[in-house]
Amino acid sequence: MSENNSLLSVRNLSVSFFAEEGVVRAAHKVSFSIKTSQTFGLVGESGCGKSSVALSIMRLIPANQGQIVGGEIAFDGQNLLELSEKQMRRIRGNKIAIVFQEPTASLNPVYTVGDQIAEAIMLHKNKDKTQAWKAAVEMLRKVGIKEPQQRISQYPHQMSGGMQQRAIIAIATSCEPALLIADEPTTALDMIVQTQILNLLDELQKQTGMSILLITHDLGIAAERADEVAVMYASRIVEKADPRLLFSKPLHPYTEGLLKALPRLGQSTKRLETIPGTVAEPMYLPSGCKFHPRCRTGCHDKHCQTFEPELKEVEPARWVACWHAPGYQ
Amino acid sequence: MVSCKDKYLLKVEELRVYFPANKGVFRRTADYIRAADGVTFGIERGQTFGLVGASGCGKTTIAKSILRLLPATSGRITFEQVDVLQANMAKIRQLRKQISLIFQNPHSSLNPRITVGNTISEPLKVHKNVTGSELTERVAELLSKVGISQDYINRYPHELSGGQRQRIAIARVLALQPKFIVCDEPTSAVDVSVQSQILNLLKDLQETFGLTYLFISHDLTVVEFFCDIVAVMYMGRIVEQAPAQQLHREPLHPHTRSLISAIPKLKQGHRLSQIASAGSELPSTPNWLTGCPFHHNCSLADNRCLNKTPQLMESNNQKGHFVACWKC
Repeated sequence: MSENNSLLSVRNLSVSFFAEEGVVRAAHKVSFSIKTSQTFGLVGESGCGKSSVALSIMRLIPANQGQIVGGEIAFDGQNLLELSEKQMRRIRGNKIAIVFQEPTASLNPVYTVGDQIAEAIMLHKNKDKTQAWKAAVEMLRKVGIKEPQQRISQYPHQMSGGMQQRAIIAIATSCEPALLIADEPTTALDMIVQTQILNLLDELQKQTGMSILLITHDLGIAAERADEVAVMYASRIVEKADPRLLFSKPLHPYTEGLLKALPRLGQSTKRLETIPGTVAEPMYLPSGCKFHPRCRTGCHDKHCQTFEPELKEVEPARWVACWHAPGYQ
Repeated sequence: MVSCKDKYLLKVEELRVYFPANKGVFRRTADYIRAADGVTFGIERGQTFGLVGASGCGKTTIAKSILRLLPATSGRITFEQVDVLQANMAKIRQLRKQISLIFQNPHSSLNPRITVGNTISEPLKVHKNVTGSELTERVAELLSKVGISQDYINRYPHELSGGQRQRIAIARVLALQPKFIVCDEPTSAVDVSVQSQILNLLKDLQETFGLTYLFISHDLTVVEFFCDIVAVMYMGRIVEQAPAQQLHREPLHPHTRSLISAIPKLKQGHRLSQIASAGSELPSTPNWLTGCPFHHNCSLADNRCLNKTPQLMESNNQKGHFVACWKC
């Protein structure tokens, strides 16, 4: 059923990077699908492989450093991994667009914002410069920039961080993509600007019906904005569910640990709970379940140390990869 | 007056730090950026005082002024009866043994070419003339205090994770046994699971050494957990100050309220729940010369707010709760 109305379906995606010291497993058997007009949240700590998944979908893993070693990415009926570079170029920025974390680094400082929006429109929509500029002004208005006529001929440094991110969203959505990948879109921004940008994404989604892959390290953002959330740890999805279930009743000890480690308003605790140890180094992943060295005591056993659990559906629409989760065989 | 001196370790009074905004070919000073504009607060011994606010509101400016890393325009900073802003270079060196700073980004605050051991021993050599086996011993002791294994002593920063680096930065600060530590966003560059470890470590150290903290953050949830008193800043001014729990329970200033509403909530749990639209960004043009600095974004603003700047005043109902708003 999920196959029918899903826009993007990632199946068993594995990505490796080749360093001098050896192979780094960046993503391992990652599977998820995103339905039309829905937001899928991918959460995890730095280095867990979130961005590798995003780059794989865009086919932007640098060829000299890494490679997609297995799996399938079905988008709109075709496997993206089988397309030629030329075919892929027609999809990138057109049907699938991406917004990165750092707005200052994503915009070209020597071109005006208008040039940068119009470029995408001219390239993908076959419009001449005047038409594209007109459309660009319209896009700026759409993303909530006041006085778009003046702003369009400004350079990125003349804008605040929040406004730059709005301009990037204008570039990304100018060709009405079916899927927008937002890779930590608000991490470099203030709390209040963050809310505004996320509200803007919600609004654009309502207007155009695009799907959003929202990558974030902030559990709160995922809880508030996503229809389905997957938690990644050491290159794997360890849990996937509706956020209401995931955050109220986590099944994987890692999800549980993350939630407990967050300070919350109105909670007068003296100490925060911590997950012991440090995040597993991608180069030297432990055997078996990658989380077992940090798992709460008394839970992991020989089995966890030897065998790596696969992501399995334990309840309808609840997926987890833990030998000790209720219902997991 | 005497009791007052004893109570506060650090007092900041009417601190103003202005940066000239230069314009034109001759870089004529056209205006001033008011990074801190009449900031007053005191930090009691053993307390943690939090400063929150959006980027560019002046939090770090205040921190740097306390350490005399920035020239203040006017005002007064008193640390243990020493007038910090009037102190000469020799006095400042003395002060910097007692006041330390932990930076936001441990990747850039550690020298990549100096080993962990040398990073921690350098302040001991410079300020305390510690040498030989005593030095080795002190470094080992400091490492264990911050929970880093002795094996790391000869490693370089790039061999460490973000959390480990921040621990080393903390060990370096502790080496001089300071009384007062300024923590400038110590956890905003690290992951959630590391953040809780670092915050717990800072709390433990405070208990062990009787430290006083000035804790700067943009994250209200972290500040509420970590601090005793919290001050909310907006455009170079403190707009509200209250005990941490009180601030979250009964925020008075509209800016504080919008900050609290901007925190993504885990419990609420679903996107169908309406998310309050937040106020707009800081005004980029400095037409803040008159009136309340927040009046651009405030739905309650009236004529008085546009013309007269409200001062920080204690609320009638709550002792220790200060707010600078005509409407509160």
